Amino acid sequence: MADEVILLDFWASMFGMRTRIALAEKRVKYDHREEDLWNKSSLLLEMNPVNKKIPVLIHNGKPVCESLIQIEYIDETWPDNNPLLPSDPYKRADAKFWADFIDKKVNVTARRIWAVKGEEQEAAKELIEILKTLESELGDKKYFGDEAFGYVDIALIGFYSWFGVYEKFGNVSIESECSKLVAWAKRCLERESVAKALPESEKVITFISERRKKLGLE
Amino acid sequence: MTEKEESVKLLGFWASPFSRRVEMALKLKGVPYEYLEEDLPNKTPLLLELNPLHKKVPVLVHNDKILLESHLILEYIDQIWKKNPILPQDPYEKAMARFWAKFIDEQILTLGFRSLVKAEKGREVAIEETREMLMFLEKEVTGKDFFGGKTIGFLDMIAGSMIPFCLARLWEGMGIDMIPGEKFPELNRWIKTLEEVEAVRGCIPPRDKQIERMTKIAETIRSA
Repeated sequence: MADEVILLDFWASMFGMRTRIALAEKRVKYDHREEDLWNKSSLLLEMNPVNKKIPVLIHNGKPVCESLIQIEYIDETWPDNNPLLPSDPYKRADAKFWADFIDKKVNVTARRIWAVKGEEQEAAKELIEILKTLESELGDKKYFGDEAFGYVDIALIGFYSWFGVYEKFGNVSIESECSKLVAWAKRCLERESVAKALPESEKVITFISERRKKLGLE
Repeated sequence: MTEKEESVKLLGFWASPFSRRVEMALKLKGVPYEYLEEDLPNKTPLLLELNPLHKKVPVLVHNDKILLESHLILEYIDQIWKKNPILPQDPYEKAMARFWAKFIDEQILTLGFRSLVKAEKGREVAIEETREMLMFLEKEVTGKDFFGGKTIGFLDMIAGSMIPFCLARLWEGMGIDMIPGEKFPELNRWIKTLEEVEAVRGCIPPRDKQIERMTKIAETIRSA
């Protein structure tokens, strides 16, 4: 039976990047469809009626929503190449804890840097604290998953393509505050799955500059 | 595999749906555990030591391992103690259970608690928005005894601890009939079925005490 895999996505979404990376790591062939978030397709609205958000992974007609849930689904459905999550229950819980931490803290804080007037400095400071916590969790490991690139790395790496945005509008240097984390990100970018999934930093900065103008923040 | 000296401790709080659901799972699987009640908001040094990042209950300590976040604890429990499995085997069904679990703890909780209490767009609008979200769950449980199918599962524990045994007490205190029988026949049927499960019965916070507590919290939110 031929698998039909469709990914409804948006090029700049750090969440969509996660799923792109996971599918690439597993060498799964899929139909990548770019959504216009300001003019959502009827397929998106049908496949994710609850949140109407991307990414949506559609496997043989059945939708899986939420990027972290998608990574786990991909890992369980295509178990043969590159395991993305540890099999040990405790290590697995630990990996999911950190991915959950990333989801609860990073975007919520980072967004305030560019999308809300007057909160840039405070939000930038908070973001650095959060990234420092992650940096300390990484320690001297090659990846968050230790020797193997995995779930937590995938959960975080997409944000690297947005670091330029946070630095520009938050007036902060993530490179100097969290040099070990930046080194980790560059190691991840050596992987083809990551290099192909992440957009150029300049492109994201241009996109957000436009968004800010439209939101009346410039 | 030899039976080692197993030690299971759970740090919880009587009114927390997050720790109550972990108790349900431990009871369902017949896992002996030591329960340590936190006197919130006075957090014990033990809690702060075990969960320095979030400082929250529940915390499960299994031998020397510290487990945090209720969803993750439930999944861990299911993987370690195989009796009465609570997560489906099929990856798609599992993904759906995880999706709805996140939906309940994020969207239902936000709309049905904070947004409702603040009711910036007006109380009726807040009630309708909450009901709209609850309708998704109504559909999900239609034609099934439990969200988990024929037996109680992960999603039942999350939905049960959060909706009938927590949020519903807030709604009652506010004089709101959020899930009337005629609009939500399936959810109401599910609640009755759930209340019959032995592992659940011992994990329901006392009604009046909780209504009082939820009402107090609501007042704090309103005046903030």
